[in-house]
Amino acid sequence: MPVHTPDNPIYLRRRWLSRFHLSMAWCTMAFGLFWLGWIFFTLFSEGFNGIGSHVFRLDTPPPGMEGGLRNAILGSLMITVFGLLVGTPVGVLCGIYLAEFGQKSWLAGATRFMNDILLSAPSIVIGLFIYELVVVRQGHFSGWAGSLALSLLVIPVVVRTTENMLKLVPNSLREAAYALGTPKWKLVMMVTLRAAKAGVLTGILLAFARISGETAPLLFTAMNNNFFSTNMNQPIANLPNVIYQFAMSPYQDWHQLAWAAALLITLTVLAANIAARYLSKPKH
Amino acid sequence: MQSKIAVRQFNFHYGSFHALKNINLDIPAHQVTAFIGPSGCGKSTLLRSFNRMYDLYPGMKAEGELLLDGKNILGNDVDLNLLRAKVGMVFQKPTPFPMSIYDNVTFGVKLYEKLSKSEMDDRVEWALKKAALWNEVKDKLKQSGNSLSGGQQQRLCIARAVAAKPEVVLLDEPTSALDPISTAHIEELISELKKDYTIAIVTHNMQQAARVSDFTAYMYLGELIEVGDTKQIFTKPGRKETEDYITGKFG
Repeated sequence: MPVHTPDNPIYLRRRWLSRFHLSMAWCTMAFGLFWLGWIFFTLFSEGFNGIGSHVFRLDTPPPGMEGGLRNAILGSLMITVFGLLVGTPVGVLCGIYLAEFGQKSWLAGATRFMNDILLSAPSIVIGLFIYELVVVRQGHFSGWAGSLALSLLVIPVVVRTTENMLKLVPNSLREAAYALGTPKWKLVMMVTLRAAKAGVLTGILLAFARISGETAPLLFTAMNNNFFSTNMNQPIANLPNVIYQFAMSPYQDWHQLAWAAALLITLTVLAANIAARYLSKPKH
Repeated sequence: MQSKIAVRQFNFHYGSFHALKNINLDIPAHQVTAFIGPSGCGKSTLLRSFNRMYDLYPGMKAEGELLLDGKNILGNDVDLNLLRAKVGMVFQKPTPFPMSIYDNVTFGVKLYEKLSKSEMDDRVEWALKKAALWNEVKDKLKQSGNSLSGGQQQRLCIARAVAAKPEVVLLDEPTSALDPISTAHIEELISELKKDYTIAIVTHNMQQAARVSDFTAYMYLGELIEVGDTKQIFTKPGRKETEDYITGKFG
């Protein structure tokens, strides 16, 4: 009897199972996307209502007054940039150590383990740590403390991606460089790091996306400031804490500004993610 | 004939695996010596010992003597960077660095020489001409080395190796990833290069060994079965095992 017929029961059963599982997969995807879509819809409709030139022109207002987010945007930018400036070199250097030098040594293993813990540490713990270490000793909140807290969130992300990206560089490239009599540091700087450049930059962008919405570590460190300030030695305004403070308030105009701030952060994170995708896309 | 590299009672171990057994061999200066034999016979391992590439990986042990111009290169006091600058290598797969064609060629030069811009330009042209690549790339030296075809990339790697002016060039199956035309290019090159360099080549392709080499060494299971004049090895080999491999009865 021929078995390769359309009414073969084994085949029919398998086809039914395949269709069933595929439709379940579609359903779960739709379920996930539904909430994301809803969040985006609310955020965009509420956020765009609150957005206008005043958002970038004016500072955070007392309730009932006209105001914007200028001080918070600038403060967030400064805290984030300095956080990246501190965290990135440490992270990249550590990633280089793990991939090119430490490899399978016990120190590298211990570093990797600690890094994984840091990577999954709740950000509020990082905030408390910097609060104890810096804010309490200095006696006041400051932008620097905020940057320091954010840099501790940047480091593990950058360490992980730098190490992984360097590990993707084929060993044949290292051998080729050694075969010319290249010293190791030169090999790393000129060949492997260059080959992994796009991936390392992607990691930095993802770290940027991660810290740009962080609220808890700034709550105990940079705190907030209702006035325009560029003094990193003093409490400084920032978008996440403005959202936190304004959204909890009973005032309608503050709610509007909180939505606008949320939209700004989301768009920034979205842009960083798109840039990271573009960078890590294989060329050719 | 003066030997550039002399191998004396050479043994090599990967962990507990005895990969090369009591090898004795002379590689004459300004000649091409080919290493043939079935996969796993140790020919690449031997080649990679000449510039101590094996040092990059743990668990490898070399015993005996490898003499380069009469000096043992196996000692712990040997500066590996200087050794590798003297003994260049081209690998099975092309390995252009992620930089321009020009920068690829100057990479090894810059490590040991300080040249003016015009001297460096001359060196790049000279090396690319040696590698028979100049005409194809002279108008796009600023382009990425990765933009070249596979055969061109391999010739770029040869240019990079010769630009640094080593004394020995090791070729580890340099054409196994290439099409016949690129292979022919590179084989012509090998005969051209031996005027200036001593060449050792590992190949799976027996016709290639017959075409490009002056001396051929046949290896099997970590032992050197026979070494001699290429013509003689391919026409009347001294040992039965060599004959069986060359005539295709085995391998």
